[in-house]
Amino acid sequence: MKHIISALVENKSGVLAHVAGMFAARAFNIDSLVVGRTEDPALSRMTIVVIGDDRVLEQVRKQLAKVVPVVKVQDFVGQPVVARDLMLIAISAPPEKRSEILSLIEMFRGKVVDIGQKFVMVEVSGPEDKIEAFINVCKPYGIKSLARTGTIAMPRHSRADMRPAQTSNDQADA
Amino acid sequence: MKTKSRASARTAGKPSIETGAQIIVDTLIEQGVDTMFGYIGGVVIPLFDRLYDAPINFIVPRHEQGGCHMADAYARASGKVGVVLATSGPGACNLVTGLATAMMDSVPMVALTGQVRTELIGNDAFQEADTTGITRPVTKYNCIVKDVKDLARTIREAFHIASTGRPGPVLIDLPVDVEVAKFNTDGPAEMKLPGYRIRTKGHARQISTAAKAINKSKQPVLYVGGGVITANAGKELSAFAEKAHLPVTMTLLGLGSYDQRKAESLDMLGMHGSAYANYAVQQCDLLIAVGARFDDRVTGKIETFAPNAKVIHIDVDPASISKNVGVDIPVVGDAKVILKALAREVEYQERKKWFDKIAEWKKKFPFRYDQNSSTIKPQYVVEELCRQTKNEAIVTTGVGQNQMWAAQFYRFFKPRQFISSGGLGTMGFGLPAAIGAQIAKPNETVIDIDGDHGFNMTMTELSTAIEHKLPIKICILNNGYMGMVRQWQELFYGRRYSKSYLKNPEYEALAKALGAVGMTVDKKADVPKAVKQMLKEKQPCVVDFRVEPEENVWPMVPAGKSLDEMSGLDILERLI
Repeated sequence: MKHIISALVENKSGVLAHVAGMFAARAFNIDSLVVGRTEDPALSRMTIVVIGDDRVLEQVRKQLAKVVPVVKVQDFVGQPVVARDLMLIAISAPPEKRSEILSLIEMFRGKVVDIGQKFVMVEVSGPEDKIEAFINVCKPYGIKSLARTGTIAMPRHSRADMRPAQTSNDQADA
Repeated sequence: MKTKSRASARTAGKPSIETGAQIIVDTLIEQGVDTMFGYIGGVVIPLFDRLYDAPINFIVPRHEQGGCHMADAYARASGKVGVVLATSGPGACNLVTGLATAMMDSVPMVALTGQVRTELIGNDAFQEADTTGITRPVTKYNCIVKDVKDLARTIREAFHIASTGRPGPVLIDLPVDVEVAKFNTDGPAEMKLPGYRIRTKGHARQISTAAKAINKSKQPVLYVGGGVITANAGKELSAFAEKAHLPVTMTLLGLGSYDQRKAESLDMLGMHGSAYANYAVQQCDLLIAVGARFDDRVTGKIETFAPNAKVIHIDVDPASISKNVGVDIPVVGDAKVILKALAREVEYQERKKWFDKIAEWKKKFPFRYDQNSSTIKPQYVVEELCRQTKNEAIVTTGVGQNQMWAAQFYRFFKPRQFISSGGLGTMGFGLPAAIGAQIAKPNETVIDIDGDHGFNMTMTELSTAIEHKLPIKICILNNGYMGMVRQWQELFYGRRYSKSYLKNPEYEALAKALGAVGMTVDKKADVPKAVKQMLKEKQPCVVDFRVEPEENVWPMVPAGKSLDEMSGLDILERLI
């Protein structure tokens, strides 16, 4: 099962290496990992998508929490979250296909960010399945290049009080 | 953690301008360091200059790996943080085995390494290595200090992280320009570790649940690991075990936490553990694990491990819980605190049937060897060592057969008495460990029960022992083989002894050449006399015991088998 793990980490050098090294050493599978600044300059947020069963995920949360510069770990599984990927995709777009492609972009609420003689570059964001779907509809035209950010996520605060996220403290304190 | 700031300790509040090197030395002293191990090199000259007249007993090994093992064993024997210092590049690389050894066995250590100048980092400079990159997986935490103002704080954090929670080695990489940079040391340098939290107390409800399960259990087993020794909880463990009336089995690293001379001791469990411990674990209805981590050498085939047991797991590391074996009642916290609390809630239960069964197993399957053999049996040597030292020596070991025989035939009774590389299984650990332990405990008898091949790996440290006139005893159980590998080749590879035999030196002559006492014992009748002589020596003493070359360690749980599927019991039974 796919889990979105959100880890608040100290914003200092070497932290990514500590976290990535731990994942590699313990043979955990990372689907994607995104690091970015937060509202607090001393902290960064890592959003890590991990695939595994409950037992593996329990270890992932605990081992992550054990990494010294990791301040807080949350697993959003079973919780309403907003999860988004951002993608830039350059699609082959000869003049005769252009209007067709543009209407597809419209349907996916994409944005044309660059346009050349033979291609358009499009920015799309959304849940992972929407991104995948857009890639699929673009394939027949020819994808020149593609870059994705990986998932970032946040629990829906409107319903967050219904079911708290599983934190690294589960089990441990039980 | 000491709160007195470095500046106030030295100059009573007056601001002072110091070099990084001086700040390092002062902060080490503030942290209570009076003994260090380390080897000089180019980029640590400024630091060694400040150590020149510092009140620190500084031991120079002959190789950094040896120094790292010494600091490790110093920590295991004393309970203090072991400190090792090495230069950049090769010096730092040579620490890796020692750090991994300490990491696997949760030993509190601080390693300091020199590094090339900050502006040269990444340029493939002379003696440059990416030390933090190389050592990250073998340390609890590591970092590089690039600004002299962070030095004191970082060192304090290192000692705190190394010695608290589940301890482990912490490495700080120190570029040489930071060592020589000047800094006004007046001002606070408090620790900043927002991500480092330790649970000590243990959840009261979980403790009560555990106590209830213990009181209800008809066939419990207490399974004790090195965490109890690390937590200085030996007394609390015995008090708890006696109050609840529990049989106690120990892991290799747990040896010494419970008096093996007591009837309730089931001795070591696992691959080469006692048959009675393994049977008891497999048949128990409640397994109470304290400071142990369900290592594969302990559990055997995990699917059939303790099949009828409810499991209580007390550990300071939440990540250890349910890692290998599902746990029913986890209690996270410090073993000392939790065992004390548990002892208050448990009641004495007779459990006569269970103890009768255990007594029967103990009678039927004790650790045994052929006492009538004309050759020197290695087990006999260990037994003789135990007898003549009245169980009181500190024993270090190599890895393999020698280590297992030491664990089976020396009967320990107090914590920090048995010092061995359990998790990593580092051959060559025995001699440097004996040196570290002897320095920590100058008045105790320290014996290295070693194998010939393991001794070969780090024997250069004999010079260190001689230089410091350490009366360590090195007993080489010399069978000429990589004994444990040979045993596996005999059992599982049709006696094809591929590369497990080496030509050894004459250890007696070698010891004498270096300036130590050397002895060779090749007759069984000479063993007691040689041990007696060895124990009298006031300088390092190497005894080469020419033991039975193809002796095996029994019983043995073959890899992939359940704990109660032991080989060798028939061989042991025939020896009665």
